[in-house]
Amino acid sequence: MDQSIKGTAADWIEVGRVEDIPRQGSRIVKTGRGDIALFRTVADEVFALEDRCPHGGGPLSQGIVHGARVTCPLHSWVIDLASGEAVGPDEGCAGHCPVRVVGGVVHLGLMAFKEGCGHE
Amino acid sequence: MTTHTTSPQTSRKRLVVVGNGMAGIRTLEELLAKAPGRFEITVFGAEPHPNYNRIMLSPVLAGEKTFEQIVLNGRDWYEANGITLFTGDPVESIDREKRTVTAMSGRTVAYDTLLIATGSTPFIIPVPGADRLGVVGFRDLADVETMLEAAAQGGRAVVIGGGLLGLEAANGLKVKGMDVTVVHLMDTLMERQLDRSAGTLLQRELERRGIAVLTGADTAEILGNSRVSGVRLKDGQVLPADLVVMAVGIRPNMALAKAAGLACGRGLQVDDAMRTSDPAIYAVGECVEHRGQTYGLVAPLFEMARVAADRLAGGETSAYTGSVTATKLKVTGVDVFSAGDFSGGAGCEDIVFRDAARGVYKRVVVKGDRLLGAVLYGDTKDGGWYFQMLKDGADVSAVRDTLIFGQGFGGGEGTANPKAAVVALPDSAEICGCNGVCKGTIVQAITEKGLSSLDEVRAHTKASASCGSCTGQVEQLLAVTLGDGYAGEAKAKPMCKCTDRTHDEVRRAIAALELKTIPDVMQRLEWKTPDGCHHCRPALNYYLLCQWPGEYKDDYRSRYINERVHANIQKDGTYSVVPRMWGGLTNAKELRAIADVVEKFAIPTVKVTGGQRIDLFGVKKEDLPAVWADLNAAGMVSGHAYAKGLRTVKTCVGSEWCRFGTQDSTGLGVKLERLTWGTWTPHKVKLAVSGCPRNCAEATIKDLGVVCVDSGYELHVGGNGGMHVRACDLLVKVATEAEVLEYTGAYMQLYREEARYLERTAPWLERVGLDYVKKRLVDDPESRKALNARFLFSQTFSQDDPWAERASGAVDRHEFAPLAQVG
Repeated sequence: MDQSIKGTAADWIEVGRVEDIPRQGSRIVKTGRGDIALFRTVADEVFALEDRCPHGGGPLSQGIVHGARVTCPLHSWVIDLASGEAVGPDEGCAGHCPVRVVGGVVHLGLMAFKEGCGHE
Repeated sequence: MTTHTTSPQTSRKRLVVVGNGMAGIRTLEELLAKAPGRFEITVFGAEPHPNYNRIMLSPVLAGEKTFEQIVLNGRDWYEANGITLFTGDPVESIDREKRTVTAMSGRTVAYDTLLIATGSTPFIIPVPGADRLGVVGFRDLADVETMLEAAAQGGRAVVIGGGLLGLEAANGLKVKGMDVTVVHLMDTLMERQLDRSAGTLLQRELERRGIAVLTGADTAEILGNSRVSGVRLKDGQVLPADLVVMAVGIRPNMALAKAAGLACGRGLQVDDAMRTSDPAIYAVGECVEHRGQTYGLVAPLFEMARVAADRLAGGETSAYTGSVTATKLKVTGVDVFSAGDFSGGAGCEDIVFRDAARGVYKRVVVKGDRLLGAVLYGDTKDGGWYFQMLKDGADVSAVRDTLIFGQGFGGGEGTANPKAAVVALPDSAEICGCNGVCKGTIVQAITEKGLSSLDEVRAHTKASASCGSCTGQVEQLLAVTLGDGYAGEAKAKPMCKCTDRTHDEVRRAIAALELKTIPDVMQRLEWKTPDGCHHCRPALNYYLLCQWPGEYKDDYRSRYINERVHANIQKDGTYSVVPRMWGGLTNAKELRAIADVVEKFAIPTVKVTGGQRIDLFGVKKEDLPAVWADLNAAGMVSGHAYAKGLRTVKTCVGSEWCRFGTQDSTGLGVKLERLTWGTWTPHKVKLAVSGCPRNCAEATIKDLGVVCVDSGYELHVGGNGGMHVRACDLLVKVATEAEVLEYTGAYMQLYREEARYLERTAPWLERVGLDYVKKRLVDDPESRKALNARFLFSQTFSQDDPWAERASGAVDRHEFAPLAQVG
């Protein structure tokens, strides 16, 4: 279900259904401010991070999802999906934005996007 | 007729043992320990094998153990102890007057003392057709072999009898691929050992495994002509069957004793000294009746053996007074324990605990201050504790309130800690139920004999040497007794932080417990995280794939991105693409297609790799399926340059062009690549073939390298370049290409089955040793052929081009397209 969704006046933007994201996997949403990676955990929680590791810029959407974390495919940094923070001892934070799921439909709160931080 | 008599120069008494099974031989072991050299010993066995662990036939049937692994005493043991052994020669008569026995072969041997240990035979229910071909009991190795032969054909099996043996047989046959139906006369399975609740849980579990269970079903007739074709029940139902296993019970084997005029009832009658009605004749095991009881479990047999041995050694006081028995079902992954009496009755009180989520049911029966019986399903770790209290007739009033929760609660101070629990046990507590070894004996052996490992304890005391379920407790005893002096069993590191188990332990459990999905592994092996991590998930995915070829469904979410999208991720998030070039050969059509793809998709960098192929760098992820489609169209497939699998087969040009070449190294390289491509391995694998000892293909730093010489092919293994360069070891030299291919398949499979995930062949070879690999591949042609066969079988499932599957949009389409575009 690959769809183009026009921006709406509402804060929440519909981007697709939960089942379109593989469990323990990720899909990309292309936005004006870069790619956002949507993650679905084994417990069916959905999170959204900027698709960019705070370490080397690796595409987090391509990582292995375990628990509420993702491991970056480039150098195996582990990023917490809820906060975007790197799991110690690494330090850094991926950009993240709020997500809500209503009736199985995923909404992205793109207006409330928080910039990441890192050495880049 | 030949007659064996004592040689005149020795005055030793002659002991003849009729029966080469567990009870008879255990008696000899005890006797040799107590009074070595007292007897000149002769053993007759009806089976053609040395003494083996009959209770482990179920794991042999299920394929979890080999026969060699359950042999208790090999022929060398008989030799070392001066015992004359006649196998495959059952004793047919006893002449009590002359004190001789005569076997089927006509061989007659004289005795001063005779020990009868003829065991039991399966009871074949007297219905029409019970003698048809394809009807077997479940008693000895021959039965298991018959069952395995039948199972190899697939088809249907009916197991008559839903007791301990019947269910173990049913499970084994199911594991071996047969359609299995259990026909049980009573309303619940194992009704002698389990109550209705536990029996129902067990039935449900077996049904979940695909075994059909019919209870309250009475067999009327075995159908068929010369061979069995089915079973008809009394209600008219007909069950088609290619194999019928009769497991309704056993009968003491006492025909020989009866014919000799010894007193027999339900079995061969013995007194507390294990003596029959003839004082020169003793008897032990399943053939005997003692105080009106017969036994079919191993622990009582060993208790009898101890008494008999003591009496034979000249002891005058030891006495067998009967056994309280406990039962465990040896169906892998089903934990069932029962002991004592739980039929209830006046004055009995039931304490029941259930945990549906864990599938646990426990029931203990108490009368007054004493424990009468216990039934445990799903969680049997406290079985030994209940059994001990039961045998001791212990007063349980102090722990009555928490009795059902097990020893961790009931035992008082901190016994939830297994070490403390072992400390809290009295010296008389039985640790090993199979061999009747108590804590005091083990501790004494450790301190007096200076034992420091599990193997040593097993060798000296037999504790944990039979079914192995008390291994953990024996290790605790070593730790408690030796303190810091116990180094632990040499243990590799755990797989990752999600588990305490090592790679090898997890792998063994996958096979033994038949775990077939990642969630199953995590559930059964008590993973500490909900769904693992990026270390364990890819490893588990590989182990399952390797263990269950064709059956396990690959979990792409547990694969590293490169193996998920079949390309190599680069630092900017783009990918590189390497098409396969068989043996390093290419042609104009392929090169033209590559050139076209480079232009069409504006691929920025094209490079020749070290493995003799062409790498296209900077491909955008969403372009991958279209790039693959174009390469596929020119006949090219994935080069698996991203895989923990076969990468390349590098070759030199060989005898076709080179003036030094001795063999067709390029042609052989292509054959090797056709054989091995697509396989998944613990880590990447690179092969090479050099056409002469000048070795231009650098074959001696490859995982497997072939160096051609005039007289054949040298196979070199375990090399790699990389951070730590390791040159190969020479495995073997062979004469033909066919041998090269067979060795390669076998070597790949040995590595696939035994190396740990992410362990390349070089460190693996250093860990297990070249001698071991030689032993498996060179010294043992059977083993080599079997490994190669397993490799070829698994390859039938792995040689599909992953690019074609994805270029067509049939597989993982979501990987290559965004979910949405906003703004």
